[in-house]
Amino acid sequence: MTETNVPAKQVNRSIPRIEGRDKVTGRAEYAHVMQVPGMLHAKIFRSTVPHGRILRVDTTAARKVPGVCAVYTSEDVLRVIPNPYYGPAFHDQPILAIGKVHFVGEPVAVVLANDPHVAEQAVQEIVAEYEELPAVYYEVEAAENKVVVHDELKPAGTFADLKHLKGRKGTNIALDFGLRRGDVDQAFVSAAHVFEHTFRSQKVLHLALEPFASIADYNDGGVTIITSSQGPSFVRSEIARLLGWRENRVRIKVPYLGAGYGSKLYIKMEALAVALSMLAQRPVKVALTMEEQFYTITKHPCTLRIKSGIDKDGRIVARQCTVWWNGGAYADVGPRVTQKSGFTASGPYDIDNVAIDSYALYTNLTPAGALRGFGVPQLAWAYESHTDMIARALGRDPYEFRKQNLLRDGRQQATGTILKDAAIDKVLDRIAELLAWSSPFDRGTGTVRRGRGLAVAIKAVISPTTSVAIVNVAADGSTTLYCGTVDMGQGSDTAMTQIVGEILNVPAEAIRVVPRDTDVTPYDMGTLGSRSLFHMGHAVHLAAEDANAKIAALRRELGEPEGSNTPLPELFRKKYGMQAGNIIGTGTYRPDYIPAEAQGLTPNATPFWMIAGSGVELEVDTETGHVRITRLITVADVGRPINPKIVESQLSGAALMQLGFSLFEKMHVDGGQVTNASLADYKIPGIHDVPPVMQNETVEAHQNNGPFGAKGAGELGTFGVSPAIANAIDDAIGVRLTELPLTAEAVLRGLRAKDNRPLGDV
Amino acid sequence: MCDMRSRTISFTLNGRPVTAEVTPHQNIVEMLQTQFALFGARESCGQGLCGCCTVLIDGKPVSGCLTLAIFLDGMELITIEGLVASGRLDPIQQAFIDCGAFQCGYCTPGFVLMTKALLSQNSDPSDAEIRDWLSGNLCRCGAYPEILSAVKTAARAIKRAATG
Repeated sequence: MTETNVPAKQVNRSIPRIEGRDKVTGRAEYAHVMQVPGMLHAKIFRSTVPHGRILRVDTTAARKVPGVCAVYTSEDVLRVIPNPYYGPAFHDQPILAIGKVHFVGEPVAVVLANDPHVAEQAVQEIVAEYEELPAVYYEVEAAENKVVVHDELKPAGTFADLKHLKGRKGTNIALDFGLRRGDVDQAFVSAAHVFEHTFRSQKVLHLALEPFASIADYNDGGVTIITSSQGPSFVRSEIARLLGWRENRVRIKVPYLGAGYGSKLYIKMEALAVALSMLAQRPVKVALTMEEQFYTITKHPCTLRIKSGIDKDGRIVARQCTVWWNGGAYADVGPRVTQKSGFTASGPYDIDNVAIDSYALYTNLTPAGALRGFGVPQLAWAYESHTDMIARALGRDPYEFRKQNLLRDGRQQATGTILKDAAIDKVLDRIAELLAWSSPFDRGTGTVRRGRGLAVAIKAVISPTTSVAIVNVAADGSTTLYCGTVDMGQGSDTAMTQIVGEILNVPAEAIRVVPRDTDVTPYDMGTLGSRSLFHMGHAVHLAAEDANAKIAALRRELGEPEGSNTPLPELFRKKYGMQAGNIIGTGTYRPDYIPAEAQGLTPNATPFWMIAGSGVELEVDTETGHVRITRLITVADVGRPINPKIVESQLSGAALMQLGFSLFEKMHVDGGQVTNASLADYKIPGIHDVPPVMQNETVEAHQNNGPFGAKGAGELGTFGVSPAIANAIDDAIGVRLTELPLTAEAVLRGLRAKDNRPLGDV
Repeated sequence: MCDMRSRTISFTLNGRPVTAEVTPHQNIVEMLQTQFALFGARESCGQGLCGCCTVLIDGKPVSGCLTLAIFLDGMELITIEGLVASGRLDPIQQAFIDCGAFQCGYCTPGFVLMTKALLSQNSDPSDAEIRDWLSGNLCRCGAYPEILSAVKTAARAIKRAATG
């Protein structure tokens, strides 16, 4: 493609995904189905107790199974990696359990074999004995520190706000974030009304259809890891740290991801695969089963106690939130979830007096991490249910009550940061408009009752983070982009090519994106928290501009007249005498950020605000408690979308995912054991669960500091779904549910309790 | 595999006669990956509940993770790789691209093949029929609305090609 063939505008255009052909033909590569010559298969022996001292791991019988190459425990790992603890916030997670186990499913030993079936069979022959210790599962109980999960806290040291926790003993609190604005106590005293409610959200699984997989090939010169990771740069530095190496000896290759939703962040199977390859001196593949995902990383269950003071005019004057995050046995990114979501725990409202206490807690459950919203869906579930309950108690219309209290541009958010480019009012208004909120609503008859509800939420993006990109123009004029953002289905490769195409004036479809490989793709903090389009988008924008500037310089150097449009191949030939050379543009982006002070306040909490909400219409069958969503509306402020069609799919997909988390998904845990660890027992939304009417919209907006006015969209659709459904159920039948999921049983119990005919316990 | 219990089977793979040495416990997904380097049928749940491993045996969609390879003897197997004829996408594949009917793409081959089976029996399925046929395929990214429109788009394209 030459530049004389000037294309239409590239941004704000719904081009199909650039990787589409690979995906519909089955040729797209995923780590879980990749192979390297000579590799061994690893199968993991896991803890059967939630908390215990390891007395004995007997691998004798497993070693004798024909075809087994090796069986390893932490003793072997310690021989090659003397300090095998990893994690993004705390170095607390061992590659294989050392001395103690902290949750059911924790990896204790590994069998290697050429044939995965042999390894699987041999795992059954391993015997372990534990001295069981008391365990703690519930987050509020964990905060009492009666049962302590870890003997000593081990913060990673990379985060200043965790340093004070180093070496602390006798506690499960891995981070305590506090925010104080105004004086809530005084405001509650003078408020006309005070409301307090407690909400809980359950433990759910990301359940990416491609389970975790990593293949490591180690030799003394270096290690190559092919892995299903959302953050190749983090994996590289963390593996280098574990090995005591410089980063350039560690190579991370990431093919397409069978999605991630936050699960495939930081280290998952990579450190284990490296240790095994070091021990076996062979390439080793660790590919989990669906069941094993339930023992790897989950969403945070959360308890939120929220109290609001309302003045006589209906204004929210004070809000106090206490949030307990159930982080499971290892911290993973829980402390960051605790802090970053803590910024916005009081919701999208203009409140002068705010107090937030947010606690990251260790428990003896599968570790918890980020899941499509970094804690915000759990918070929004609580504060938007609470807001509706207040409105109803005061006899106010829930939409009007929100409207009156909404945070608007130019006002200080709870952290003190001035709100900017946050179209909360437009989002709320549009949801109400789509629901025809002011028109009469058919409430149903007999045993089918109808209701509607809405909810709106706000999120601060994780900050400060860095992205680097390279744009390479070859001597034939073709363009290649190197960026570490992992396309796990969100369409980032397509959006990034649109940004490059816009600046270099070439069709996006003609630009190649290099597959993620840390040997060639530069640093990126990670594909998480809807940060990529903004951060990497900026880096890519800068890299393309840099390439453009270098092309202009070349034109001047060659004596081209101002405004000349000599095709690129000709310029290169003039310069090098043949088709040779490259023009390399680079870009690095890191937004400004001011860390929160002791009171949790900062004038710059986030480079952009994420705003979204949901509207729901539903039917409740009062005989069975069954809820049928008849309409699901998602409205968001994404700035000016780079690719409107992909943005719409992100909103819609996220809303459907949250529909599952709202209505039926739940990991059942009994004595620390997950009792429904399979797709047979853990149901996710299928095509029959798609509401008959779905509307996904973005409001007219422009993110002034965003690339081409855009900002991230991956998480937004999840924010409002759970509270909008709960609010609609209340609207339909006058039953208020405060615990997720909103199952038919919960609804029926609520109905029966309301009729003074409560159902007995099963 | 040099397992004593292994057997040689002959079947048609994407239109070509082939033979394979399979052990009794080997499923179709494993055989395709290890012996034919075909990776479009993928194991996910391992229980026949997600549809990621869907293949067509004698035109019927089955879960490749639950079907033992040994039963393929004498049968006709179509995988996602078999839908591309001389470099040209099947109209269903094209419709999935045009409608943006996937995100991560891991489940996509299964949806495409299930749609293939549906449209070969019913050239003009209703919404309810499409939902029923695709209810055994899961897409965690939630691309179902786009998938529904892709199936309808493909049905129209196939009909146009037949009448045009």
